[in-house]
Amino acid sequence: MTDEYGYLNVTGRIFDIQRYSIHDGIGIRTIVFLKGCALRCRWCCNPESQNFDIETMTVNGKPKVYGRDVTVREVMQTVRRDMPYYSRSDGGLTLSGGESLLQPEFAKALLQAAKALGVSTAMESMGFAKYETIDGILPYLDTYLMDIKHMDAKKHADWCGRENTLMVENARKIAASGKTKLIIRVPVVPGFNDTERELLDIARFADSLPGVEEIDILPYHNFGEGKYTGLGRPYPMGNAARPGMEKMEGFKAAIERNTDLYCQIGG
Amino acid sequence: MRAFDSTPMPKTERITKLVADLFAKMPEIEPARAELITESFRSSEGLPIVTRKAMAFRHILNGLPIVIRPGELIVGSTTLAPRGCQTYPEFSYEWLEAEFDTVEHRTADPFYISEETKERLRKVNPYWKGKTTSELARSYMAPETLRAMDHNFFTPGNYYYNGVGHVNVHYDRVIYEGLKGIMAQTAEELEKVEPGDPRYGDKKRFLEAVIISCQAVIDYARRYADLAKSEAEKESDPKRREELLKIAKTCSHVPENPARTFEEGLQAFWFVQQTIQIESSGHSISPGRFDQYMYPLYERDIEAGTLTREYAQELIDCVWVKLNDLNKCRDAASAEGFSGYSLFQNLIVGGQTPDGRDATNDLSFMCLDATKHVFLPQPSISIRVWNGSAKELLIRAAEVTRTGIGFPAYYNDEIIIPSMENRGINIEDARNYCIIGCVEPHVPGKEDGWHDAAFFNMCRPLEMVFTNGVDNGEVASIRTGELETITSYEEFKAAYKKQMDYNIALLVNADNAIDRAHAERAPLPFESALIDDCISRATPLQQGGAHYNFTGPQGFGIANVADSLYAVKTLVFEQKKFTLKELAKALAMNYGQGFDEITAKEAAMQAGKIMAEKGEEINENMIASIIQKVLTMELPPEEKKRYEEIREMIIDLPHYGNDIDEVDTIAREVAYYYTKPLPQYKNPRGGIFQAGLYPVSANVPLGAQTGATPDGRLAHTPVADGVSPTSGYDLNGPTASCNSVARLDHADASNGTLFNMKMHPSAMSTRKDLEDFASLVRGFFDQKGMHMQFNVVDRQTLLDAQAHPEKYAGLVVRVAGYSALFTTLSKSLQDDIIRRTEQGRDR
Repeated sequence: MTDEYGYLNVTGRIFDIQRYSIHDGIGIRTIVFLKGCALRCRWCCNPESQNFDIETMTVNGKPKVYGRDVTVREVMQTVRRDMPYYSRSDGGLTLSGGESLLQPEFAKALLQAAKALGVSTAMESMGFAKYETIDGILPYLDTYLMDIKHMDAKKHADWCGRENTLMVENARKIAASGKTKLIIRVPVVPGFNDTERELLDIARFADSLPGVEEIDILPYHNFGEGKYTGLGRPYPMGNAARPGMEKMEGFKAAIERNTDLYCQIGG
Repeated sequence: MRAFDSTPMPKTERITKLVADLFAKMPEIEPARAELITESFRSSEGLPIVTRKAMAFRHILNGLPIVIRPGELIVGSTTLAPRGCQTYPEFSYEWLEAEFDTVEHRTADPFYISEETKERLRKVNPYWKGKTTSELARSYMAPETLRAMDHNFFTPGNYYYNGVGHVNVHYDRVIYEGLKGIMAQTAEELEKVEPGDPRYGDKKRFLEAVIISCQAVIDYARRYADLAKSEAEKESDPKRREELLKIAKTCSHVPENPARTFEEGLQAFWFVQQTIQIESSGHSISPGRFDQYMYPLYERDIEAGTLTREYAQELIDCVWVKLNDLNKCRDAASAEGFSGYSLFQNLIVGGQTPDGRDATNDLSFMCLDATKHVFLPQPSISIRVWNGSAKELLIRAAEVTRTGIGFPAYYNDEIIIPSMENRGINIEDARNYCIIGCVEPHVPGKEDGWHDAAFFNMCRPLEMVFTNGVDNGEVASIRTGELETITSYEEFKAAYKKQMDYNIALLVNADNAIDRAHAERAPLPFESALIDDCISRATPLQQGGAHYNFTGPQGFGIANVADSLYAVKTLVFEQKKFTLKELAKALAMNYGQGFDEITAKEAAMQAGKIMAEKGEEINENMIASIIQKVLTMELPPEEKKRYEEIREMIIDLPHYGNDIDEVDTIAREVAYYYTKPLPQYKNPRGGIFQAGLYPVSANVPLGAQTGATPDGRLAHTPVADGVSPTSGYDLNGPTASCNSVARLDHADASNGTLFNMKMHPSAMSTRKDLEDFASLVRGFFDQKGMHMQFNVVDRQTLLDAQAHPEKYAGLVVRVAGYSALFTTLSKSLQDDIIRRTEQGRDR
């Protein structure tokens, strides 16, 4: 093995690989979920993604281990199986998490390997890393699906565990670099940001970023509630109601009225 | 690529009303046809069979009561009541008399039958005693074949009890030449028959029968012309009066003469479609490439400005309604196997022209839209996909799929065409293929494919490996040795192959016996007139008159057998977790999960037999007590636990359907055990056998005849359908399932394969979803998959429909090679559909 393919031996920690994913980027995609997150968003639907540690969650009454250490080569064995579908749909590999940037070498190597297969790449991330780290990844990344949850640093810290300063700053730099297609994604969470004013704040910011044309608003859902139980943790959102379609349509209209962005409901 | 206009046209009020009228009442059995054919046969004793058939066909068409339903534009009804059915005692009749009092209340496909009809049928049915095709077929079968059928290795029920059907005829010739043209050709052939010809009499009588039959259809159409005229005279609404007068004009012109307009072409099509089904009781009379043969008339009228696209759509919608007006009552067991009142009239759009260009045209889209408009199970609409297919057509097809109706089915030209060529079909004919019935590729107007020739349950020979050929205490198959003598996986496989080969030969014996019976007792002159080369060879279809002849029996249970072999390989021979003997015991004990009534009754019958042999007296109380004992039998707890453990180990193994090479390779090999031997056998019509891998809906009733299998499947539960993975065993999503299925050699199953997939509506909501869905189909087809069909409905909806059928009368689901109204399906089939692969997701 020459160094040229050294990236195939990079190891990282994932907790799932999901095939035929059609709601996270262009075409039919395989999502690799990296374990470990910097934030602790109250509405998080993948609580098993948050800790970097391997942990056991009860699923349908049975214990199931979440988290395994794998090489890029092993991950690619699965990713390459759907090549026929990627080539028909312009699909490919999407990294999700957790926050992929907490394992920057691994994330970069995965994207590099996907590019070597000739498939498109995307990453769902809130940009929680030094910009230099992100900049090293961008040459291998076709689409950056970047979460921006709120423009108010304090409220962000309150609901997600950290302020948003670094991430907002990174969004500006990523957009300015012009190296990737940047799409902004906003989870619409009751009590947190489900007002027109708060969403418009984010949309206006997104609109100010050069090259950004699309914003996706994702209605909060409680499908993850059972996982909290499975992990023996309380569900932070309680009985919060899911935003109705009518409400989401209203937000979409408001965003498109007030910005030049195309707004999509759902990913 | 040809230019086309794909703009959707609206559904009209007329269509809504026609559909509502069609479903206003429960379907009903009518006695007229049975009376007419019996009357005719009584008067023609002693004449050649083909002449008698033609005379009977004429007598039926002259005597059947006719009706024009309110608002119809395309006319011709086989029964007075909408969706009614006639009976066909010349093929079989005993089952219906036996079921007179239950047919109205059975769960699968009930029919109303009046006391008067019962009485009238009771009068004519006895005439047919000893004269039916099924009786003759039985007399031709080998004793071991009858035994194999008794032990449920296969069932050739379809053609054993009914007409064959399963053809696509030259609708185009009737539309563009008229029956007049076909009669002229026949007359010419009649002239050519030389007195010295060894087949002089056969040929003359057959060709005369063709002419009698064609004339009978022309006269039948004229009856409709007269009826339309007399109704027009009575009609007070001037608009409807005009319509009726136009119908009168049309029916006095077609199908005798070439159609002058698109509308006349459709009416000619309909008379053919309807009368072929009156001639025989065969189902799966498939319209095939409707968008191709209707197009020249459509194009001409549109260009001339005499037809609008709106009206063309309404007319097509009317034809779709008519296709649902035809019906067929099957025996209770077959009704389970073909559940859903389906006639499997397969109609396919898109694909390639015989010279290999994209065939998409306006009508391809309008046919798909018609299915959306009428939203009924007929026709079974299909789409051909090839590398050059218009993407737009695929997206329109996906829009229909999204409605949850289960249509269209998707077919891959890139594998079907070469697979047909490999069976000796020339490339132009192969490129022109259509689909018959469920999934069977077929050359339009040139083939007698005998598709659907039998259901072969691939799990039963596997059971016989474990019992050394013994079933319910009797030797029922070849002896492959006691289990102790099987010491390796290779030997185990060899034993299975031996069991398969033995029973496949018997299946061939059964089909050929039935084939001969049809040749002798059911030559069909009208159907023959419309298929090459029956007229030029002066030979009925049933005696080998077609240009291409095949027999296509279908196997199923690949997923179960593949997973079973994998379990035996890994757990018995590699890891030595248990022995074959212990596994055999676990299977016999249904993995410790208790016994159902089927097992209990089998045990009681066996005990009864033994007692009878010993000369002991048997009484009902004893039988009842044995049944009770078996039903309540408790295994010792440690034994039960062990069997459960064994099942757990099996379930935890990787399974077919998850894109795992090792298992999928076994599945490929298992399919070969069925597909490879068949083409070595010949049928009496001069063709060969070719395998299909699809179950219609028989995987449920035939699963009920199958004990526990080594893949962890419990006794009498459904067997996996078609080439699909076992329900609930495919956990890696649709692409993984597709990859596994694509790993089979579909080209070798040239009589068709069937891959059922269930999609959740949420995966098909946006335009992007539809494009990705189309890419999924494309990606599967790029890997040489043959066929795909989808149920798009959520589990909750189906459960609710089961609980409250009244709310879901219109809920159409994909069953197998066809769709049906969910609430008309038997409970067990409903359960199977609910279980069917909605691919597992963690999140």
